[in-house]
Amino acid sequence: MSSVSGTICGVDTAAESRTASRPFLPGHHKRQSLYDLLFRGATRAFASLVLALLLGILLSLVWGGWPAIRAFGWGFLASAEWNPVTERFGAVVPVYGTLVTSFIALLIGIPVSFGIALFLTELAPVWMRRPLGTAVELLAGIPSIIYGMWGLFVFAPIFAERVQPWLIEHFGSLPFAGVLFGGAPQGIGVLTAGIILAIMVIPFIASVMRDVFELVPPMLKESAYALGATTWEVMWHVVLPYTRIGAVGGILLGLGRALGETMAVTFVIGNAHRLNFSLFAPGNSIASALANEFTEAVGELHSAALIELGLILFFITYCVLALSKLLLSRLARMEGQQS
Amino acid sequence: MNCKFFAVAVFAFSVCASGGAFAADITGAGATFPYPIYAKWAQTYKEKTGIGLNYQSIGSGGGIKQIRAKTVDFGATDAPLKFEELKKDGMIQFPTVMGGVVPVVNLEGIKPGQVKLTGKALADIYLGNIRKWNDAQLAALNPGVKLPAQDITVVHRSDGSGTTFIFTNYLSKISSDWKAKVGNSTSVSWPAPTSTGGKGNEGVASFVQRIKGSIGYVEYAYAKQNRLTHVLLQNRGGRFVEPSAKSFQAAAAGADWKKAPGFYEILTDEPGNESWPITGATFILMYKVQADPERARAILQFFDWAYREGDQMALSLDYIPMPDSVVKLIHDEWRSQLKDASGKPLWK
Repeated sequence: MSSVSGTICGVDTAAESRTASRPFLPGHHKRQSLYDLLFRGATRAFASLVLALLLGILLSLVWGGWPAIRAFGWGFLASAEWNPVTERFGAVVPVYGTLVTSFIALLIGIPVSFGIALFLTELAPVWMRRPLGTAVELLAGIPSIIYGMWGLFVFAPIFAERVQPWLIEHFGSLPFAGVLFGGAPQGIGVLTAGIILAIMVIPFIASVMRDVFELVPPMLKESAYALGATTWEVMWHVVLPYTRIGAVGGILLGLGRALGETMAVTFVIGNAHRLNFSLFAPGNSIASALANEFTEAVGELHSAALIELGLILFFITYCVLALSKLLLSRLARMEGQQS
Repeated sequence: MNCKFFAVAVFAFSVCASGGAFAADITGAGATFPYPIYAKWAQTYKEKTGIGLNYQSIGSGGGIKQIRAKTVDFGATDAPLKFEELKKDGMIQFPTVMGGVVPVVNLEGIKPGQVKLTGKALADIYLGNIRKWNDAQLAALNPGVKLPAQDITVVHRSDGSGTTFIFTNYLSKISSDWKAKVGNSTSVSWPAPTSTGGKGNEGVASFVQRIKGSIGYVEYAYAKQNRLTHVLLQNRGGRFVEPSAKSFQAAAAGADWKKAPGFYEILTDEPGNESWPITGATFILMYKVQADPERARAILQFFDWAYREGDQMALSLDYIPMPDSVVKLIHDEWRSQLKDASGKPLWK
């Protein structure tokens, strides 16, 4: 913060010295520097608005969730109970559901998006690139409730009748992973929510990846091709290292959407506050619990517990961001050591 | 161009402002269950009198919050407030229409009304004690009906809801086990291992339609409109009854509203041979002391009109109008409880 204001002060003094060295246009220049000042002030105000908003949201979440924080302490994070009648609340089920659905979404979403971006930038015939690229961007603009309804009315029944029995038959009896594929094939549940989320994040990740892949200077790629590299090698050793930060940014954008997605998840996750390690069982996510229960949460502790869930989601998002920044800087340092 | 835009903006603003100044619309917020009938009443009433009703169906809990914050003229809730709470808040409460909650199932080859359940069997299903459709208890209730050896998936409301309140109220009255383990509220912790939550009546209805071997509970109107497979329930008289306007009215007639202070009356498990056991009313909340008597009178006039002229409209939307005897009690309550700031009665 302080370093930023220091630079601004530095620019300020420079501007003043220029004014002094050109005395023959005083009026014009004074006006210009006034505009400059206003411009700088306005942009600074807008930028600090973000910080103020962030701080305000954090404070109001802590304030609103305080009764629950006081009542349950750290136990809130360790309890899987969620009982509005006895007013006992715990965050384990929604946190678990949020993390697992987002993980599934990325597990499916990243490779597919990478493939889409790769195809669009390197392999697709030129006439196909624009319509296909636009189609991907259009997918990103579809409201989430439509994905949710599609998931419930179209995807879930097919999933229950065709895919889930097959998964149970082939994976259900595995020693450890079998737990993940146990239970009745209902069509709705954590796995369905994860798959719907994957479909929702793919356009985000794919369009960002395509944009950053296109930024790679053709000269780099052509040099690699000239050395006899295959398309895969060019992608993996030239394009991806060059665009790493942008690609991770796209993934984070997708992850952000997956973590916070509400309506689509509510439709297909099953909304059950019960810890169940089967991916076919209904679960709950933080955003979906908030959407379901907030309007009708009558007791003070119930709404406070919901707001505290919001606070936890805030921290999860923050941690994910911080971790990815850390990862990127570690990668950058390793790169330095290698060369 | 700028000027033109500015002029349009000013014009639009002045239109809005004048609209707000002249129309004395009454505002209310709360329960989603009665929204269709309130909207229909409001439309017809506006055509007749020019007075509109702005009703926001934000949910019963939201309605209670809004009236406590005094941002609306009246609140609406499906789960009535207890008399002590009303007294503490200085509010009165009165019922407007009734409806029934209907258990619905998805079983192959089973037609509506073919499966019979007792309250105890329903509680055991929702507690997770009965997990298969061919369970001995269910088979004994349904001789001659072929129930499959299928797992039961229990579907409930994922959002807090008056429907859940009425449903769990019934189960609490029938089963001491349910009362001790789960209780009665707008949202509860569902004990059955297969419990799945759908958002809203439509969410529950669509889950039940899609999951084979499932059972759920919805408002009667949803069951009827979506042609869901409803069950027959045993009432207090020991008879298995169909959910219908007739059986809901029988339940309301069996209720003793006179002995319910603040109209705190939940019409579950009412006596009577024809009574549907899971019936409930929806309620309006108003402050006893009204600072703006004209506005308060406008609300009362609206509901007075609805009680007199709105019955057919209610029935056409599958709601059950209040019996005349209850409406008389409501008028008495208005007369004796509602005052303006100087203490004069609002309703004569």
